[in-house]
Amino acid sequence: MEFAELIKTPQADNVMLHRQFHLAVEGTLCLTGHHLIFSSRQQNNTEELWLLHSNIDSIERRFAGSSGIIVIKCKDLRIIQLDIPGMEESTNIANSIEVLSTLDSVTLMYPFFYRPMFEVLDDGWSLFLLEQEFELLSSVTNEWRLSYVNKEFSVCPSYPPVVIVPNSIDDDALRRVALFRQGGRFPVLSYYHKKNGMVMMRSSQPLTGTNGRRCKEDEKLVNATLCSGRRGFVIDTRSLAVAQQARAKGGGFEQEVHYPQWRRIHKYIERFNILQESFIKLVEACNDQANNMDRWLSKLEASNWLTHIKELLTTACLAAQCIDREGASVLVHGSEGTDSTLQVTSLAQIILDPRCRTIRGFEALIVREWLQAGHPFQLRCAQSAYSSSKPKWEAPVFLLFLECVWQIHRQFPCSFEFNEQFLIMLFEHAYASQFGTFLGNNENERAKLKLPEKTLSLWSWVNRPEELIRFQNPLYEANSLVIWPSVAPQSLQLWEGVFLRWNRPSRFLEEAEEERVNIIRYNKELQARVNVLRRHLAELEAEGVEQEEP
Amino acid sequence: VENVRLLDRLSSRRAVVGTLYLTATHVIFVENGSETRKETWVLHSQISSIEKQATTATGCPLLIRCKNFQVIQLVIPQERDCHDVYISLIRLARPVKYEELYCFSFNPKLDKEEREQGWKLVDLNEEYNRMGVPNNYWQISDVNRDYGVCDSYPTEVYVPKSATAHIIVGSSKFRSRRRFPALSYYCKGNNASICRSSQPLSGFSARCLEDEQMLQAIRKANPGSDFIYVVDTRPKLNAMANRAAGKGYENEDNYSNIKFQFIGIENIHVMRNSLQKMLEVCELKSPSMSDFLWGLENSGWLKHIKAIMDAGIFIAKAVAEEGVSVLVHCSDGWDRTAQVCSVASLLLDPYYRTMKGFMVLIEKDWVSFGHKFNHRYGNLDGDPKEISPVIDQFIECVWQLMEQFPCAFEFNERFLIHIQHHIYSCQFGNFLCNSQKERRELKIKERTYSLWAHLWKNRADYLNPLYRSDHSQSQGTLYPQIAPCNFLYKFWSGMYNRFEKGLHPRQSVTDYLMAVKEETQQLEEELEVLQERLANLQKSQSGINKVKSKQQDRSKQSGLYASNNSLANTPQEYSNDLKSFPSRSPSQGDEDSALILTQDNLKSSDPDLSANSDQESGVEDLSCRSPSGGGCLPSEDSGKDSDEAVFLAG
Repeated sequence: MEFAELIKTPQADNVMLHRQFHLAVEGTLCLTGHHLIFSSRQQNNTEELWLLHSNIDSIERRFAGSSGIIVIKCKDLRIIQLDIPGMEESTNIANSIEVLSTLDSVTLMYPFFYRPMFEVLDDGWSLFLLEQEFELLSSVTNEWRLSYVNKEFSVCPSYPPVVIVPNSIDDDALRRVALFRQGGRFPVLSYYHKKNGMVMMRSSQPLTGTNGRRCKEDEKLVNATLCSGRRGFVIDTRSLAVAQQARAKGGGFEQEVHYPQWRRIHKYIERFNILQESFIKLVEACNDQANNMDRWLSKLEASNWLTHIKELLTTACLAAQCIDREGASVLVHGSEGTDSTLQVTSLAQIILDPRCRTIRGFEALIVREWLQAGHPFQLRCAQSAYSSSKPKWEAPVFLLFLECVWQIHRQFPCSFEFNEQFLIMLFEHAYASQFGTFLGNNENERAKLKLPEKTLSLWSWVNRPEELIRFQNPLYEANSLVIWPSVAPQSLQLWEGVFLRWNRPSRFLEEAEEERVNIIRYNKELQARVNVLRRHLAELEAEGVEQEEP
Repeated sequence: VENVRLLDRLSSRRAVVGTLYLTATHVIFVENGSETRKETWVLHSQISSIEKQATTATGCPLLIRCKNFQVIQLVIPQERDCHDVYISLIRLARPVKYEELYCFSFNPKLDKEEREQGWKLVDLNEEYNRMGVPNNYWQISDVNRDYGVCDSYPTEVYVPKSATAHIIVGSSKFRSRRRFPALSYYCKGNNASICRSSQPLSGFSARCLEDEQMLQAIRKANPGSDFIYVVDTRPKLNAMANRAAGKGYENEDNYSNIKFQFIGIENIHVMRNSLQKMLEVCELKSPSMSDFLWGLENSGWLKHIKAIMDAGIFIAKAVAEEGVSVLVHCSDGWDRTAQVCSVASLLLDPYYRTMKGFMVLIEKDWVSFGHKFNHRYGNLDGDPKEISPVIDQFIECVWQLMEQFPCAFEFNERFLIHIQHHIYSCQFGNFLCNSQKERRELKIKERTYSLWAHLWKNRADYLNPLYRSDHSQSQGTLYPQIAPCNFLYKFWSGMYNRFEKGLHPRQSVTDYLMAVKEETQQLEEELEVLQERLANLQKSQSGINKVKSKQQDRSKQSGLYASNNSLANTPQEYSNDLKSFPSRSPSQGDEDSALILTQDNLKSSDPDLSANSDQESGVEDLSCRSPSGGGCLPSEDSGKDSDEAVFLAG
């Protein structure tokens, strides 16, 4: 298929662009296979706006006189309006945008066409290998091993080819456990807490069904992670009622009789369409320009978004507390183990592991706990909050996770190497990107699409020093401690950086950030200069002493 | 009273046992056992209510709520003791004479001259001169010389030049409490002004020629504009109801060239109830997000804050953009009018966003124009219906603005919180009484000390590290957004939950940046010294030894650099499920309490006025309050040194 066939009117002049907090500008609109490009050339102010078609969540069109008005709502929550002269032109453009922003085939997506303007030094596709992670692990314990049982993706289609499992469990046993867990997602290691050797594992629900099926290998695998006499917690991200209902459909939960060393805690975390609805409601509230405080607060409350944030953070803190304070190991699962499970395991690591609060460590966490762990990005992020179609698999699971990280970041602003912009950037790229990183739903699909050969990795770009500098937190000082966030409602705030990003004048906040950067930079410069002088002085003094002494 | 337990509101597990002391001025709780013997000091004047709850098996609970939003829960073993404490506190918390207040016994060991100097720090004459008056349009009037015209106004008032004494007196007779229109802010750039007054006694049809002339005079004082705005800050309904009592608002037909505008800010009773409701939400034990948001909405608090802000924005725009003068009033012109005039001034004039300027602003719009501090903040026992958080709301408006314009203010959040604290503490004389007249009669300036001097002395603690006087945000008028989705009004947990440290960000960006800036300054000095040394050394090789020893001093100093990084904290109660977990070993319990201790140590190094309202300890407090003192940890220093060592070796 040629994109040109879909673009009847590739260019329109005298188009007006309207955005919040910007004066309307006139310019030329161009459509290409992957971009909507608006460029204005005014006396001293040339401006170009490039919008990926895949970033467009929905468009609305209407006519005013002889010109068409197109309102474009993006997945990054921005809203722009284009006034295009000429009925035919505007209809053509709107049609093209509609088609181009909803292409079905993954291989037509921009990452397959994008050619970087920079040289790739550090290929992001091979930056985070589980083998490296395991090397670190094996330097402190030998209770774990790498298993390639899923090399062909035959045991668990949503798992990566290599996983970390207890040393004492062989691949045959793993195959049998996989049959006992939904989607084949047998328990694997998620995190090892060096301080006390406790671990966090994740899986999907066991398929106990109504008649209480058992699986000896599963019991053995789960227990293998506990030293004798130790106990563990199963954190089930469903309510007890939901877990019980799941039995009717063949699912279920670990019966304490069969897992006597384990205690089950049910902590309900909202999922799927309810999350998506909450997201839509919140964004709607944030776009409500009404000058009414009561309405704003009641809409914010009615969206329930912050409730989900609080519940998720609480569960993650609980998991971290079990490990660090109770000295117990933890197994986390919900039903499929691809959504709320990953939210909990990754957030708990942010709390526990200082490494995850560095840029590289956070990237590794995303790769390990989200991409390789098989969070279905493509399904979840197909549509954002403006989509008019009924959500099928869409849910802001990853965004919710990012916001929780932001909440912790806000409470510990000096403990993270990255800044808020880094989190916002990840949100954007999960929904629309020139990079292949978030394409596909799991490693299996990514391998089939040959993403590493055909597309560029987000990390190849982000980790270039030129880019990285935008994402560094100037206040960062490594903090080796566990950081316990407060989950009280008073401590949680709306993530303005995402939800009010296009709705608030950002200049003043950007200026503040600039000031912070400058204060720190000037300090470092001075430090360097003082050190040079000190050394210089010391050398001169030494010379002086030598001269005097003989 | 011994063996009293102080409960932690967030967690019943964290209670401490200690001894409770009552002194003439403070309630003091001293912890037993721990080496630090942490002390909690509460001024009697801060106590807003005391509640004795039903006796339980463990003792008799006593709940003390403070005006600075501290809530103290004590459990006293003996019912009889509890009752005694209760009775004493009720008496002590409600003094009947000014002389009983703390400021008359508070002695910061300053001599007479220093005290006088302190009172001179904020000089309103100087301030009006700074604004540019007197000039061709405005002059100082002495009609109120002996408080003869209006006893709640200051003696010196600025009025339009064309307003004769006859007009002023005539106008004053037509205004509630004789609070005639007077200048609050004059905008040098375009001659527009903000004037303030009380409501006119217009009833349904009354008129007053002098009052009409007075408004005319205000308009004439701004030759660039052919009308003035008259802003009534009350809801229209309230203003109309006032007409029945012979009061009311200006009739546009009677006054030439005015544009009349209502801006609905609710009255003191609504505000008092609103705060009460919000504080109930703050006190909820582990509320859900919905409980909290719903409660916040239901309290209406943020709606009221927004109404005040909107009024201020309206006036600032009228003055700055349209160049039109504004007359503001409410009923008596001492509550809402003070709020709105000061918000507008703050938006218009960057001077009021400096530390000194903010003191001047409060002195100008609140203290001098007879805001009834004594009645509103209940310093003396009085009518509870007079109490209302009027200035608290203004202070919160400033905080909301600080959140939107992080570089615009010279001072930080702590400055606001400490001012709020001292409005209630009665430790300094500034906010005593209801008017200038009463303060003069009491000889406040001779008998008490000024808060401004105290804050000014410690100004290093109150600086906003992001402020630069040459920054664009510290120039000109601020134009905040209006709609809630453009201007996010937040719940101010730093104020209303300020004593629940667990709820706040564990690392303070402000303190961190202050520490960095302090270090930067030291580095600058050192750089200069080093350059000088180097130059000298290159000239002659003598004096080497001296250099060496001094250099060591220097490097020691730069080691002061500290960060707030290593805040240990303990997990909250994320789940009740864990408590019953059987394998919890007792040793872990010990570890928990050990951690609480370290946290408490950190708490005590926080600037915490309630813990240290006494001047002597206040001075000690300073050292830990300054960013370099409290957080200075050996591990940090050694890390620093080794860094340098690496650098030197390389």
